[in-house]
Amino acid sequence: MAAPVETPGIGAFLRDRPNLIRVVAVGLFLALWEYFGRSANPLFMSFPSAIGFAAWNMALDGSLLKAVVASMIPFGIGMTISIVGGIAWGVLMGRYWLFEYATDPYVNALYAIPRVALVPLITLAAGLQVGGKVTIIASIAMFPIIINTYAGIKDVRGRMIEIGQAFGATERQIFYKIMLPAAVPFIMAGIRLAVGLGIIGIIVSELFTAASGLGNLILRAANEMATDRLFVPIVAVAILGVLLTELVQLIERRLSKWRVLERERAGL
Amino acid sequence: MANAMVTVTNAVKRFKVRQTEANVAEHQNGIMVALDNVSLEVKTGELICLLGPSGCGKTTLLRMVAGLLNADEGEIRVAGDLVEAPRKDACMVFQDFGLLPWRTVMDNVEFPLEIDNVPKAERRDTANHYLSVVGLNGFEGHYPHELSGGMQQRVGIARALMRKPILLLMDEPFGALDAQTREQLQEDFLKIWANLKTTVLFVTHSIDESLILADRIVVFTPRPGQIKRLMESPVAKYRVEAGDVRSHPEFVAARSEIRSLLRKV
Repeated sequence: MAAPVETPGIGAFLRDRPNLIRVVAVGLFLALWEYFGRSANPLFMSFPSAIGFAAWNMALDGSLLKAVVASMIPFGIGMTISIVGGIAWGVLMGRYWLFEYATDPYVNALYAIPRVALVPLITLAAGLQVGGKVTIIASIAMFPIIINTYAGIKDVRGRMIEIGQAFGATERQIFYKIMLPAAVPFIMAGIRLAVGLGIIGIIVSELFTAASGLGNLILRAANEMATDRLFVPIVAVAILGVLLTELVQLIERRLSKWRVLERERAGL
Repeated sequence: MANAMVTVTNAVKRFKVRQTEANVAEHQNGIMVALDNVSLEVKTGELICLLGPSGCGKTTLLRMVAGLLNADEGEIRVAGDLVEAPRKDACMVFQDFGLLPWRTVMDNVEFPLEIDNVPKAERRDTANHYLSVVGLNGFEGHYPHELSGGMQQRVGIARALMRKPILLLMDEPFGALDAQTREQLQEDFLKIWANLKTTVLFVTHSIDESLILADRIVVFTPRPGQIKRLMESPVAKYRVEAGDVRSHPEFVAARSEIRSLLRKV
């Protein structure tokens, strides 16, 4: 059956321009917020132009940059530990049954506990500064990487391993040249999940520790009922989150391209 | 015996299967006999086809010669040595091509020499040579999913030739291809083989394919797998020069003979 021929009208014009529609939708929302926000009580609500003005002031006096740095340094360290440690742990679980059976109760139990529940304990043990934040981020972000890496190693099909065996590859060569590359798409999906959780982790840790960073800015502004300044770190976190997720997805698409294309080809 | 590349002596292979009411007569005590007392001698330099219906144990025999499966009874020797594990000079071409999807054509073909820790430049030269043998120059940087099935299997053949193997093990290599591609690959493979003169053990379920390619044909019975007949191909002497032996009168006669062999249980 042939596709219906559409007359090129306003509908077709708009359908081909999704970004135009997105910009208009966001602009409309900001305009409505601005209009109604101005008449709301400034103790409970703010509006876009006031937030923009507050952001400008916070950028000028350096408090915004200082908070971003104070958040992103532990975030970077925490994510590095999560990625390296999560892959290593997942690989060990996927490869050695002794390690798998000995540690999967801990992985499952820790995965099941809302890690936020551990935050007070962690801050008691590891402090309010970088050490505490890093520990909280790693405790939250490492698990999807462990679990995905483990699943990826376990998923490698026997047929794939047999290729290595048939050509006389050693166990070690089969692991590095077949199992690990085959697991990369799984590992990247785990890292993508971990980045999202890591951002939650950094904000939660800073709300608790109330010592520094974007989470601390949110808390302080809320305590002062300065709703305009309250929104600035929220917007900053949103922008950072989008940028980081885009970055990971870019890398993921590159490294997992073969898997997507294979699946398309198989018609799955 | 001196010029035998592969000797199979009284080989038996059994598999455990799940017992169901439907198969209780065939599989006693949940044991399925895949190969029942098979003996075979493959001469050096010959192209021999293992022919039979699916489930007759021909692939099992190939995998045993490859060292991927152990015989339950009997013994298998390649070049005089008992087969206990895959040997590096006996290389395999897989039915589903067996390429690593994250590797380019070049990296896939280099794989065996990478396993052998051959220096990069040397294995690249060898890979370029065999890629031109199979007619894939210019596709070095492509990924398997960017190639047609026929081209993927050409990569598989180039990879298997990389070590200049004394024995080539081919497990229904053209079974997944469409008819035209299959004929083209059969023809091209014959030319490659005529130049290399390596010993080939070739599994197929196609009577035509076995007659087009083989010096000798091993016809299997259905389960439990036994050798029904070992026959010289009457058209073997014409196959490389003529290119297409299908229209030869002896081809037609041999085909109906094999067909009736496979029908009789």
